[in-house]
Amino acid sequence: MNIYVIMKRTFDTEEKIVIENGKISEEGVEFIINPYDEYAIEEAIQLRDDHGGEVTVVSIGDEDVEKELRTALAMGADKAVLINNEDLDESDQYTTTALLAAYFEDKEYDIILGGNVSNDNSTGQVGPRLAEKLGIAYVTTITKLDIDGTTATMERDVEGDMEIVEAQLPLLVTAQQGLNEPRYPSLPGIMKAKKKPLEEIDYDDLDVEDDEIEAKTETIERYLPPKKEAGKVLEGELGDQVEELVKLLRQEAKVI
Amino acid sequence: MAKKVLVFAEARDNELRNVSFEAIGAGKEIAAGGEVIAVVVGENVSSLTDPLFHYGADRVIKVEDQKLKNYTSDGYGQAFLQIVDSVDPDAILMPHTSIGKDLAPRLASKLDAGLVSDATGIELDGEEVIFTRPIYSGKAFEKKKVKEGIILATIRPNNIDALEIDESRSGEVFEESVNIKDLRTIVKEVVRKSTSGVDLSEAKVIVAGGRGVKSEEGFEPLQELADLLGAAVGASRGACDADYCDYSLQIGQTGKVVTPDLYIACGISGAIQHLAGMSNSKVIVAINKDPEASIFSVADYGIVGDLFEVVPLLTEEFKKVLQTN
Ligand SMILES: Cc1cc2nc3c(=O)[nH]c(=O)nc-3n(C[C@H](O)[C@H](O)[C@H](O)COP(=O)(O)OP(=O)(O)OC[C@H]3O[C@@H](n4cnc5c(N)ncnc54)[C@H](O)[C@@H]3O)c2cc1C
Ligand SMILES: Cc1cc2nc3c(=O)[nH]c(=O)nc-3n(C[C@H](O)[C@H](O)[C@H](O)COP(=O)(O)OP(=O)(O)OC[C@H]3O[C@@H](n4cnc5c(N)ncnc54)[C@H](O)[C@@H]3O)c2cc1C
Repeated sequence: MNIYVIMKRTFDTEEKIVIENGKISEEGVEFIINPYDEYAIEEAIQLRDDHGGEVTVVSIGDEDVEKELRTALAMGADKAVLINNEDLDESDQYTTTALLAAYFEDKEYDIILGGNVSNDNSTGQVGPRLAEKLGIAYVTTITKLDIDGTTATMERDVEGDMEIVEAQLPLLVTAQQGLNEPRYPSLPGIMKAKKKPLEEIDYDDLDVEDDEIEAKTETIERYLPPKKEAGKVLEGELGDQVEELVKLLRQEAKVI
Repeated sequence: MAKKVLVFAEARDNELRNVSFEAIGAGKEIAAGGEVIAVVVGENVSSLTDPLFHYGADRVIKVEDQKLKNYTSDGYGQAFLQIVDSVDPDAILMPHTSIGKDLAPRLASKLDAGLVSDATGIELDGEEVIFTRPIYSGKAFEKKKVKEGIILATIRPNNIDALEIDESRSGEVFEESVNIKDLRTIVKEVVRKSTSGVDLSEAKVIVAGGRGVKSEEGFEPLQELADLLGAAVGASRGACDADYCDYSLQIGQTGKVVTPDLYIACGISGAIQHLAGMSNSKVIVAINKDPEASIFSVADYGIVGDLFEVVPLLTEEFKKVLQTN
């Protein structure tokens, strides 16, 4: 089976956000594989172990993404591809999808796995956009995946409810929490990863015209939410505190 | 200039979701005197058209087809594209719900268009429509616009006001038939896990429990308070992992993102992944026995104490004051 994972490198969830000159500062920031993409990588490895074939992890970003790609290889992926977009002046989900679509154009794939959403821009657009561009079906927010021949049966999370969905390969799916428990790279895995192929492609080398990758949206401003004033921790007898809280909620906050 | 705005009105259990009305409200603002056309699709949606007018739609299009009984991106995608073709709107709005998140990017891709996801605010700057949306799990915000061509956006529930309901409003319902070809995905079964009652992502008040609730029964006092306030019950992943409640209640980075008017966190420590789902709530109350718990740093009001004492007292107090009103 030809298995592909699309992976984004993102800020560690714990990072504080600092804005400098209208941009999110990356100074001193720890990066990780987008948490949902870890589920996608794990599922891809399990699929390969069950059905044979190869797992290729593809990411668009700058050179630093090599680190996260090596981690994916150490987890057990077979190959990695970095599409370098360092020289791009602007980009949005449209751009990212167009580049990925150009990459996949001449590839044979049975399944493409991604995360359902990134933990930074959090639009969840890239998976469905890409499937549409490639003309294949997609199923988002899956929590279970079984493949039998060319039929995939999935469970998907729909705002807490569960849907059982069936589709034929080739297919694109996006991972939701619960799909699996991503493994940690083992020491031998890390050693092996160093020798696995990591191909770097400049976005310019893909068969895509400049006007086909021009961003459709523009960010005008980025800002931090107004600092919340320290909350009021109530004091005194518990009964009095409760009485005061109800009064505050009704009269000061006016939410009840 | 006035715009023509197409709004996808979403129903759940054959009832329109509140965010559909909020999307119409958003549509009105963007239309700037132009027309707001609401589309409702499903197997049988005739009973749903009136409220769309009451909340401000100028025109309603209904699409009924057996193949639209369950949501599939293929079925809804094909139906919606045909409507877009015939209406030729300047902007398309959808709720940022499971369906909207799944469908809007497909539509945007098909139309080669820009899409602003998860908008929590809208403003007009001359001809331009500028959206506000949270990034980095609500730790920052950005203002964003679609550069040119058709504008697509999904609207986060509970953030943009619906118009005041006006039951005297009515209008013409257009029925469109669509031609839905093979569906590549088939929904075999839908398993309902979320409890009936108030929809968590749209609730105005949420009472949430964490590992501090200690058991399934521990949620009972929270449910009582919620029932009294017309609130939904939510949970941290801690509580879900410990099997005190179903994962459908989980709020946070990997659960639901909620922005109610009032969020009451009981026995929740306030991990960053939990805050990611609720920190933009308008008012947050924390009840926790540990004064150092990080939930207090985002709370507007806090009570340090045992939730099993505090929550029932709170219910009693609300009963008292709500009765005298
Ligand atoms: C110069 C520059 C300027 C940019 N300006 C903007 C901007 O103005 N606005 C903006 O929104 N973004 C901007 N970006 C970031 C980038 O375009 C988006 O982050 C990217 O399109 C992914 O969108 P998302 O985070 O919403 O992903 P989502 O759609 O939420 O991601 C869902 C899934 O898609 C896959 N995926 C996402 N991104 C990638 C990737 N890069 N490689 C492989 N798979 C991926 C992953 O599986 C992920 O889990 C800019 C980037 C650059 C380099
Ligand atoms: C990738 C990833 C994604 C995650 N996604 C989510 C998510 O979506 N949502 C989420 O919630 N978490 C998520 N988590 C988990 C998160 O990090 C925390 O582990 C979790 O939120 C803790 O739940 P809790 O606050 O209920 O439990 P705890 O941290 O154990 O806190 C329990 C609290 O209850 C208090 N308490 C105990 N007894 C009482 C009592 N009788 N009265 C009052 N207070 C009491 C304690 O003082 C304590 O503060 C995620 C983690 C990871 C790594």
